[in-house]
Amino acid sequence: MSKKFGIKEVVAIGIGTALFVALTEIQIPIGIPNTYLQPRMAVLAFLAAVFGPIVGGVVGLLGHALGDLIFYGSVWWSWVIPEAVVGIGIGVFAAKFAIKEGGFGKKEIITFNVAQVIANVIAWIVVAPVLDIVIYAEPVNKVFLQGAFAALGDVIIIGILGTLLAVGYTKIGAKSSSLSKED
Amino acid sequence: MSKILSYEEKETWIHRLSGVTKLIFFILWCVVSMISYDTRILIIMILFSLIIFKMSKTEWKQVGAVFKMVMLFLMLNVIAVFLLSPYQGTEIYGTRTELFPIVGPYVMTAEQLFYELNMILKYFTIIPAAFMFLVTTDPSEFAASLNRIGISYNIGYAVSLALRYIPDVQSDFTKIKHAQEARGIEMSSKASLLNRIKSVSAIIFPLIFSSMNRIDTVSNAMELRGYGKHKKRTWYRARPLKKADFLTIAFSVIFMVVALIITFWDGSRFYNPFV
Repeated sequence: MSKKFGIKEVVAIGIGTALFVALTEIQIPIGIPNTYLQPRMAVLAFLAAVFGPIVGGVVGLLGHALGDLIFYGSVWWSWVIPEAVVGIGIGVFAAKFAIKEGGFGKKEIITFNVAQVIANVIAWIVVAPVLDIVIYAEPVNKVFLQGAFAALGDVIIIGILGTLLAVGYTKIGAKSSSLSKED
Repeated sequence: MSKILSYEEKETWIHRLSGVTKLIFFILWCVVSMISYDTRILIIMILFSLIIFKMSKTEWKQVGAVFKMVMLFLMLNVIAVFLLSPYQGTEIYGTRTELFPIVGPYVMTAEQLFYELNMILKYFTIIPAAFMFLVTTDPSEFAASLNRIGISYNIGYAVSLALRYIPDVQSDFTKIKHAQEARGIEMSSKASLLNRIKSVSAIIFPLIFSSMNRIDTVSNAMELRGYGKHKKRTWYRARPLKKADFLTIAFSVIFMVVALIITFWDGSRFYNPFV
């Protein structure tokens, strides 16, 4: 990471988490029971891509735990940790994306989507089911099936909405960053 | 907007505890409840958490709506486990006591019922503790006490910002949603999948962009006031840990150790009444 952890990152974690939690209530059912497209995942991916892995990881962790707690009154820890994996996985490429500087073009869209697919597969098809089995002793085929659907849902929503958000934001950013800033 | 859990001021000893004490209690409580499949421990935990829940004077109207939602999730999960692995219980407990056949390969076994009963109990050990943690902890004081126990104040401040801005972001969200609906965007299940993603993005785009502006505004304001200049900072709502805090923490640690010893006494995390 080239940028250091500064005030902007602290605020991004705070407000990003608030956004993630507030969006917990929008869920789009896709016809498979208990599986939803979660627009909040697109927001997580976007924030990770703009602010880097630390912000992505913490927003995922804190946002999922708080969102679970506030809306459902209990925390499913084995699904909180994978959320951080997604945030970190996308966030490590943040410097490459240069979304704020208006550099999010075709090549970056491809990197972004490859990164998000890999991060989602690791998070939901490896980390989440393994934690489910280790922590909660849940049946093996159930957790892998659930994980696979979660990964699918997240890949779709991040692929569509996440990409659009990044492209949209990079267009606004390009104008303002044509002035150079003194530190 | 759905009802969410939030802090309410009341005069009880639980409210007077430091936020960190309650966090430590909650985390240790979660750890025991995650690890232990010992029915006896789980039942003791439920009884205990119901007692302190009563002591915290939390009312049904504060938590009722959320509780119903948790029950729905719990039901779905229990049914899914049965449909996908009807013999998980048999595998765990090593015996097979058939009660009655249902359809085709599905036979209800006593082991499966017992396994799923334990799953439900696990949920019920966490729910009162989680409700209580949220409705009795003052967010500002919580951020201050996180810093007290040695967590970087940046993290403490980020948590406090998050709790501070959740209602603001929610109200922005509702405003934007109403505005878009007034312009004729279909949000209900009548629209097709692709159209629904489109209408959701009609809300999310303005929401994200206004939040990005807010991040800039807030971080500029903080910079102007010299945030992060020093290694330490003081907190207006800070409260020193008192005797009750240390007692509660000590109790949680002792409880965890004892509960885990009892759970693993016979070498497995499952309490097995079938052998």
